[in-house]
Amino acid sequence: MIADAEAIGFVLHEARLIDEQRFDEWLDLFTADGHYWMPLEPDQADPVLHNSLFYDDLLLLRIRVERLKGAKTYSQKPKSRCHHLLQQPMVENRTSEGCVTWTAFHYLETRMGEQAFFAGWSRHHLVRQEGRLRMHLKRVDLVNADSAFGSIQLFM
Amino acid sequence: MTFYHGDLQAVRDLVREGEVHRDVYTDPDVFAYEMEHVFANTWVYVGHASQIPKTADFVTTTIGIKPVVMVRHSDGSIRVLHNRCPHKGTRVANEACGNAGRFFRCPYHAWSFRTDGSIAAIPLPQGYEGTGFETSRAAEGMAAVGAVHVYRDFVFARLHPRGIGFTEFFGESLSSIDNMIDRSPVGKLEIAGGVLRYVHRCNWKMLVENLTDTCHPMVAHESSAGTAVAVWKQQPEGTPRHPAVEIFAPFVSPYQFYEGMGIRVWPNGHGHTGVSHSIHSDYSAIPGYFEQMVAAYGEERAREILGTNRHNTVYFPNLTVKGPIQAMRIFKPIAADRTMVESWTFRLVGAPDQLLARTLMYSRLVNAPTSPVGHDDLEMYERAQDSLHSDANPWVNMQRLYDPQEAGIATATANGTTEWQMRNQFRAWRHFMAAVP
Repeated sequence: MIADAEAIGFVLHEARLIDEQRFDEWLDLFTADGHYWMPLEPDQADPVLHNSLFYDDLLLLRIRVERLKGAKTYSQKPKSRCHHLLQQPMVENRTSEGCVTWTAFHYLETRMGEQAFFAGWSRHHLVRQEGRLRMHLKRVDLVNADSAFGSIQLFM
Repeated sequence: MTFYHGDLQAVRDLVREGEVHRDVYTDPDVFAYEMEHVFANTWVYVGHASQIPKTADFVTTTIGIKPVVMVRHSDGSIRVLHNRCPHKGTRVANEACGNAGRFFRCPYHAWSFRTDGSIAAIPLPQGYEGTGFETSRAAEGMAAVGAVHVYRDFVFARLHPRGIGFTEFFGESLSSIDNMIDRSPVGKLEIAGGVLRYVHRCNWKMLVENLTDTCHPMVAHESSAGTAVAVWKQQPEGTPRHPAVEIFAPFVSPYQFYEGMGIRVWPNGHGHTGVSHSIHSDYSAIPGYFEQMVAAYGEERAREILGTNRHNTVYFPNLTVKGPIQAMRIFKPIAADRTMVESWTFRLVGAPDQLLARTLMYSRLVNAPTSPVGHDDLEMYERAQDSLHSDANPWVNMQRLYDPQEAGIATATANGTTEWQMRNQFRAWRHFMAAVP
């Protein structure tokens, strides 16, 4: 059983780790079979036979995180910064294994004096493993998922 | 600042044998000339027939910066119309795709048009009686582009009614599209999986040049592909091969790999990397696929089709295909310093779904707004777009493996690190940067 307050605390903490670029700690929030998914269409059901902006397993996320630190990662010289503004998460779909939270958000990513603004809804699929909450799916639906974008280098 | 008003020769002189003037990337006048000449005199990719299977199905797009609509006419043929109402200029078809129903109908004054663009009805038609309307340009309806050619479901258009023919323009380069289609056991492709659209703050030609730039992957992509290889090496022994690592790793192959793969140039600015092998050569086999191909084509022909692993084929001016993974990108010019990259993917009809899943993963990791490889590349283009404003040297160099004889050679295969194909594109650019014949 996951209490509302615990689930909400997880979501707030998760956003803070990204904003503070504590990406190794962020990766540690995923289950071993976890995915970070950002669909390309509203209400997209299939992450495999329809494309997405992200559909990363833990290995791919690890590659991205290590790349962001890399000495030869020129698209991060200078580095990007980001900011989340979250609405109060709502806890739904509670099952014996866990729950799903739904969180409306605004997100801003900035680099070299330019900033890109995004808005959408995150769903964190939470489970308890070895006494700790982890997410086995973080799904991010942008309000304009089917739009054209410039670079998105960090995580929402 | 240079002004080219009316001086087409001055624009053509921006291209020399081994170098091009930075104004081809930065100057709004030169961009306007490209839209009027290069994109009107050549055959530009519009769309794929699988996007409009039924009568009145349509797709809206651009040829250069000109808005057009590709539509399935009532006789089954594919038409490409200028997407503006002949009355006041309002865009008629507004969605990315849809079905026009019986007629296209302008939402402003309800002029309606058949799917060949001709006027079906105008409200209060008596208001035009005796006005000479029937000889006006408006009476043409939604005008068709100059010419349309459908090649094995790939729809191309030439804006100008006169000019080079389709077959002469593309010649042998169509073999790359053929190979992509032949990879379907039934010889058919369908657009599938959605389209990724990535806005680049750079000139469209930088992207097209990069397609055959084989001296950058091991440098610019060390950050993404190199990191992928390094992270993979840390995995416990016996971890199954990861499809993403299979996609990333070949980018950081050594110079010798790229030198050996070869580059082929064709007339009119077309060409490709990966004559003998490419970064797509060593992907894992997908169960059951080879057997389907052998059943369809016989073993010898199946091996021939699947043994062709061309890397990027450039269809001048702004299309590229990757036959081995059924991916296609269109570089849509928006302004001198702005380009929209559209990444499309195909399903090989009759082949296993895993092939579609793989090409989607490739596009997501390499060509999406969220792609590490894409970030590496865009950083280089944007730095160039900004720093070309330096007056230290107004010329961009393209002399690697230049041979003064090459301008007279139409088709050739060369060392995979040559910049011949970039020069080939600019020779075509100079050629088609001309008043219509």
